Amino acid sequence: MKPHVALRGVTRVYPGKTPVYALGPIDLALERGEFFAVVGPSGCGKSTLLDVMAGLASPTAGEIVFEDRPVNGDVPPGIGVVFQEDASFPWLTVHDNIAFGLRQAGASEAEVARQVGYAIEFMGLKDFARAYPAQLSGGMRQRVCIARTLVLKPRLILLDEPFGALDQQTRLLMGDELLRLWRETGATILLITHALDEATMLADRVGVMSARPGRFLDVIATDWPRTRDSTIVASESFGRLTSRIWTLLRGESIRALGRA
Amino acid sequence: MSSAGWTRIALVAGLVLLLEALCRAGVIPNFTVIPPSAMAQSLWKVLASGKFTPDIIATLTNVGIAIAASMVVGIALGTLLQSWPAARRVLDPLFATYYAVPMYAFYPLLIVLFGLGDLPQVAIGFLLAVMAVIINTLNGLDRVPPVLVKAARVHGLGFLKTAHRVRLPYAAPYIFTGFKLAVAYSFIGVIGAEFITSSRGIGYEISFAYNNFDNPVMYAMILFILALVVTVNMSLHAWEKRLLARRRRA
Repeated sequence: MKPHVALRGVTRVYPGKTPVYALGPIDLALERGEFFAVVGPSGCGKSTLLDVMAGLASPTAGEIVFEDRPVNGDVPPGIGVVFQEDASFPWLTVHDNIAFGLRQAGASEAEVARQVGYAIEFMGLKDFARAYPAQLSGGMRQRVCIARTLVLKPRLILLDEPFGALDQQTRLLMGDELLRLWRETGATILLITHALDEATMLADRVGVMSARPGRFLDVIATDWPRTRDSTIVASESFGRLTSRIWTLLRGESIRALGRA
Repeated sequence: MSSAGWTRIALVAGLVLLLEALCRAGVIPNFTVIPPSAMAQSLWKVLASGKFTPDIIATLTNVGIAIAASMVVGIALGTLLQSWPAARRVLDPLFATYYAVPMYAFYPLLIVLFGLGDLPQVAIGFLLAVMAVIINTLNGLDRVPPVLVKAARVHGLGFLKTAHRVRLPYAAPYIFTGFKLAVAYSFIGVIGAEFITSSRGIGYEISFAYNNFDNPVMYAMILFILALVVTVNMSLHAWEKRLLARRRRA
């Protein structure tokens, strides 16, 4: 079967007097409906990888193919992105934030009301539809951003440390919600995270990246059932997998720290 | 109301009463200043007579045009410059010295250019106001978090739509500051210009009354401008507070 999204020899170099080799070369193929997580030491180019995959930045070399079309410097329809930083629009209510993309795409107001109503319900934001982002907690604002992405029914969702700013309990619960929406939408997900447990718990496969310039040291399959949830953190194989990833990553993290 | 608010009201009321007392006692002669109560009475008479209604309408129309033009041009230029750093580096030092230029010095030139109608007054108001809008638009756009611009790109927005739907709305509180200044500068520019060479308007009538020793009319019109500008600014301030409330972290 053809991969849903494929990267071949993707490299990103920031030019200058001393060029910065930020990423790659990266080769990666994601199956349709797969949940893939990327972990790596800080500054290894994880976010650059996401930018290049989303079409927010062009690769210096190599190519990205999404649904048989090359991605280069433009975000193709069908790709949704959730960022680490708060990307909610502070001048719009929760409802209007979530409706933003639909209205942009020219959906009728009846359609907007229906879709946004469903997303608000799904993300547990029902009591906050008329609130402004400033009145919400960080976790709530991130839900708004996820809902804004979801209503556009993306077939590939890229998440850049979406729960990075949240506390541990909220992160586990948000992880459960992410698994739920992954199952319900059937979308392909690429999640970038620095939290090993998050990667192990959520993903079908975990790509472990090296220190800069980031490339994959190994890709580890988790073999979780599709119906998993956060309770698997208690299982024996969860600990085994997480420690395997950490063994791979430890030396790289030390290298990254030494250079910082 | 806060205690500072009450103190402020008491301060203004006290000064008005003091002026009233000094005028009534003859310490300040009536051909210099008339008592505030007489100003208010005269204002009431002048407004009721309708004699100056065309002047008031002319002034307010010109101020309105100056505000609108400075907002449209200021926001457009600010947006353009913010996304064109090379041009901005060239112009920035000129912007910094802009308010050192006494705009009224150009009044003769403006009359040559625009004739003796309303346009020179509008032009002075516009010239004073537009830079405040440009500077505050730039300031607001500089603060737009890059992640919001990224989010706009993910939603497929081009340059103009990103400006219209994301960057300018984010910058709105800063642009509002520019708007408040534009309102103040437009009043200053238009009314000031009416003093110089104009055949109508509030500024013209004050100047005319002054030249004819008509203190009741002169002070009535001064009081009118004062009341108008204070009311407008307080309304804008209240509006701004309401707009900002929703943006502030709870």
